[in-house]
Amino acid sequence: MSKKTLIPIGPYHPLQEEPELFKLYCDGEIVKDIKWETGYNHRGIEKLSESKTYEQIFFLVERICGICSSSHPFAFANAVEEIADIELTNRAKYIRSIIGELERIHSHLLWVGLAGHFLGYNTVFMWAWKYREPVLDLFEMISGNRNSYAMFKVGGVRRDIEEIKIPVIQKVLDDVKKKTDLLTGAVMDDPVIHARTKGVGILTRQDIIDYAAVGPTARASGLAIDVRKDDPYAAYPLVNWKVITAQAGDVFAKAEVRLLEMYESISIIEQCLEGLKKEKEGDIAVKIKEIPEGIGNGRAEAPRGEVFHFVQSDGSNSPVRHKIRAPSYVNIATFKKSCIGQTIADATISLAAVDPCYCCTERMAAAYDSNSGDKIMNANELINASVKRTNEIKKTINSQL
Amino acid sequence: MDTESIIEKFKEEFNSDILEIVTKNQKRVIITIMPDSIINVAGYLYKTAGFRFIIASALHTKRGFEIHYHFSKDAVGLILNIHVILDKDNPQIESLSNMFNASNWIEREMHELFGINFLNHPNQEKLISEGNWAEGVYPLRKEFK
Repeated sequence: MSKKTLIPIGPYHPLQEEPELFKLYCDGEIVKDIKWETGYNHRGIEKLSESKTYEQIFFLVERICGICSSSHPFAFANAVEEIADIELTNRAKYIRSIIGELERIHSHLLWVGLAGHFLGYNTVFMWAWKYREPVLDLFEMISGNRNSYAMFKVGGVRRDIEEIKIPVIQKVLDDVKKKTDLLTGAVMDDPVIHARTKGVGILTRQDIIDYAAVGPTARASGLAIDVRKDDPYAAYPLVNWKVITAQAGDVFAKAEVRLLEMYESISIIEQCLEGLKKEKEGDIAVKIKEIPEGIGNGRAEAPRGEVFHFVQSDGSNSPVRHKIRAPSYVNIATFKKSCIGQTIADATISLAAVDPCYCCTERMAAAYDSNSGDKIMNANELINASVKRTNEIKKTINSQL
Repeated sequence: MDTESIIEKFKEEFNSDILEIVTKNQKRVIITIMPDSIINVAGYLYKTAGFRFIIASALHTKRGFEIHYHFSKDAVGLILNIHVILDKDNPQIESLSNMFNASNWIEREMHELFGINFLNHPNQEKLISEGNWAEGVYPLRKEFK
């Protein structure tokens, strides 16, 4: 057997939402095997949740993820409302969907920016993150917070979106639409991005079924699964929209799905805003007396895929068991398929392609020789390897023109 | 195919293994089965009936250890919970990870947090607390404070 070099990505690395360690076993430039270690950031939220009341749990699950901080409360609310058999007012449904879709827009913009950064397109990174800012400002206007919005509660939402705010939201949406056109153009027409992402990190339909991957990762491989359509909740059955899919399963297809989904999100929000105008202001929640005994399976489509919450209640004011499954839990496992056989420079973007939630500010990645233990590469050098490859492709393409 | 015909077909296939069926509504069904039949049931759902494995949730209750295997039929929006009740003192059940990779991590996690043993699991190492947690201490059991 030939000598393999171990390249750890993590425990702290800009690719990852939480500290986790990927060990890439490489033979020369080619990744031969990958192993995964986690638990660096295990907070015991499922156990903690058993000691909190239903009202408190919303604030707890909101803090599972910093980027998609409304998707966990969304799924939890769906689970609890299923146990108690609660029907929301239309106004609450619209507001919930608006929050969910605004979040999808800012999360996808964030992904496009980071994907650009890993490919050596720092302009894309700066654009995308600049265009994301007004969306966060909208959250501040609606909920008082740019993140962790505290909008959800059992039976409805905490804050209303008054008529006076609707034109402001509409203006930002018009702006985001123009910027999305710009970004989509920049990504779809660039020959270098095509060369770096097409045919890279392919996940076939069968891989997706085997690993039960969800969200844009599954939709980019031709599986049209989307909880918003399959098991409709909130205002999604009240508006018109379509599920975006692509067939190729590579990084480019995942980018395409995310970019086109942003247009759908904008359209959903616009329809919800129209719907809001017809409903009575202030009618945002129904009164809940108690949560009866029972089982609730709640799910919601987060920007990264299906979030699933299982709640068992014994009739008291806190759950007996609360199981949470985030979409990255199933999506990250697909690295075993997408990375093996790739070069190290492509592994970076293949890992980033499933969007494993980028929240960490601490970053560390280093390559060590598996025999001597000497450091070979650090995080910047890994990104540089990826940037260098883009530059080489640029040169080849330019020389052909 | 609607939920009722899916459940009817399931009943025909596994009549003797079913202990209880609770149909909450067209989109949520809970079926309690004998733990021995989990491989056949999961195999039927995954290979023949076109279900997607979402996740499994373990519980520690007065009855012992329970697992809800959550399967989703996306075409009709159905979540089917396959529910098994395991022995109090020696909880063990056959692993599904040789059939699909999706259950690999969650079985490791349940082994680590509840102490449920998954027979024939390809790699039942710790998932979350590798190297820094005492052996035989299971944090999600009710007696753990």
